[in-house]
Amino acid sequence: MSELSVEHLLGIKYLKQTDIDLIFKTADHFKEVINRPIKKVPSLRDITIANLFFENSTRTKLSFELAEKRLSADVINFSASQSSVKKGETLIDTVNNILAMKVDIVVMRHASVGAGVFLSKHVDAKIVNAGDGTHEHPTQALLDSYSIREKLGSVKGKKILIVGDILHSRVALSNIFALQLQGAEVKVCGPTTLIPKYISSLGVTVETNLKKALEWCDVANVLRVQHERMDIKYFPSTREYTQLFGINQEILDNLDKKIVIMHPGPINRGVEITSDVADSNQSIILDQVENGVAVRMAVIYLLAQQVKR
Amino acid sequence: MSKKNLLNSKDIEIILHRLACQLIENHNDFSNTVLIGLQPRGSFLANRLADLLKNEYQVKNLQLGLLDITFYRDDFRRRDAPLAATATKIDFLIEGKNVVIIDDVLFSGRSIRAALTAMQAYGRPENIELLVLIDRRFSRHLPIQPNYRGRQVDAINEEKVLVTWKETHKKDAVYIEFK
Repeated sequence: MSELSVEHLLGIKYLKQTDIDLIFKTADHFKEVINRPIKKVPSLRDITIANLFFENSTRTKLSFELAEKRLSADVINFSASQSSVKKGETLIDTVNNILAMKVDIVVMRHASVGAGVFLSKHVDAKIVNAGDGTHEHPTQALLDSYSIREKLGSVKGKKILIVGDILHSRVALSNIFALQLQGAEVKVCGPTTLIPKYISSLGVTVETNLKKALEWCDVANVLRVQHERMDIKYFPSTREYTQLFGINQEILDNLDKKIVIMHPGPINRGVEITSDVADSNQSIILDQVENGVAVRMAVIYLLAQQVKR
Repeated sequence: MSKKNLLNSKDIEIILHRLACQLIENHNDFSNTVLIGLQPRGSFLANRLADLLKNEYQVKNLQLGLLDITFYRDDFRRRDAPLAATATKIDFLIEGKNVVIIDDVLFSGRSIRAALTAMQAYGRPENIELLVLIDRRFSRHLPIQPNYRGRQVDAINEEKVLVTWKETHKKDAVYIEFK
């Protein structure tokens, strides 16, 4: 197979196993490209891409922009903070105005759940969801799986632990879908207040004791505590969170195996993970960032293939 | 569909030896020359020639790279079937080198154009030559001609030249397929 089964990348739950395989296979080639002396290919010379970020982002936006430029696409950027959204323009109007300038692909991050799906039904462009509220962040989940595959050889049969704020995390949800689709076992660990009530319906097990959870897993994906999404107090203090769910070198040294540590960033150093762990050789945090560009190049390349001339 | 055998394995072996000798004539000990096979189909010919040069003609330090041109093709989004990429394996720079591009069949010349663009990512070569097993005459879309050719063939556009290698098809042969 050399074509995606979907027209947009809205979430992992719409993908099939074969789509993920195709994205990874294509990303392998792009990873080779971005390690060349000249890191650019001319494939998308006649494609225009708009990056619409209605919510703040540093690395995802940079990663997408770099991926698009390495494919030679024309790129326009948009941040909600400097736009007419503040003047009361609706999402469809904003996007249609941008599409009137002949844009083929829209990469969008939005604070509302389902913003990408909504947009895909109303505008004529390929949509890539770069995060919609607390729902999905498909490219992050793809690059996480890709990094696990690179480090451990495959994702199938591996035990993956997701630690932290599961309730507010789109990274967690997309990761759960992606990992299960590839045959991995997923467990979550965090304060019970930050674990969604219906998590078991996704086939995910819960463990509230961090030490036991770490003993179980091959890979721990540590999530950030999202203070900005917490409208009420979910745990008594940051210090208590760190004591119960923070990962430090001592805990890892006491395990009888060497597990892989991941973090989607940005890191709150000293809160969910200590600096020595984040910078250790067990951590593949910077590999995740490098792989992010290759995986996003693959996604955009495969979607651009479907753009009609 | 019927097909006519154009070259058998003996013919191909003789041609490979001739091409190897022609390369040696122009490139001596290959100290400043690299071979680049175009993926996927040109890589069989490139590997075969490299083996011949190393084992039969005692060429030492021969550098061989395999180049995938998928992302440089000019027919992206213009074909019915999507393009699938293969791996590029070039672990040297071609800056200042004499490069010999190797492919199985030269038809429109568009793959070679894509290869010329793709190679810019690996440096500025001193010069570039082209070696093909089969040169289809009267079918070029671009002003590209080979420096070394195995056999020249006149085939009309509807006919297809098919090269099989013993690595993948159990025997070396070249066929022309008719509708």
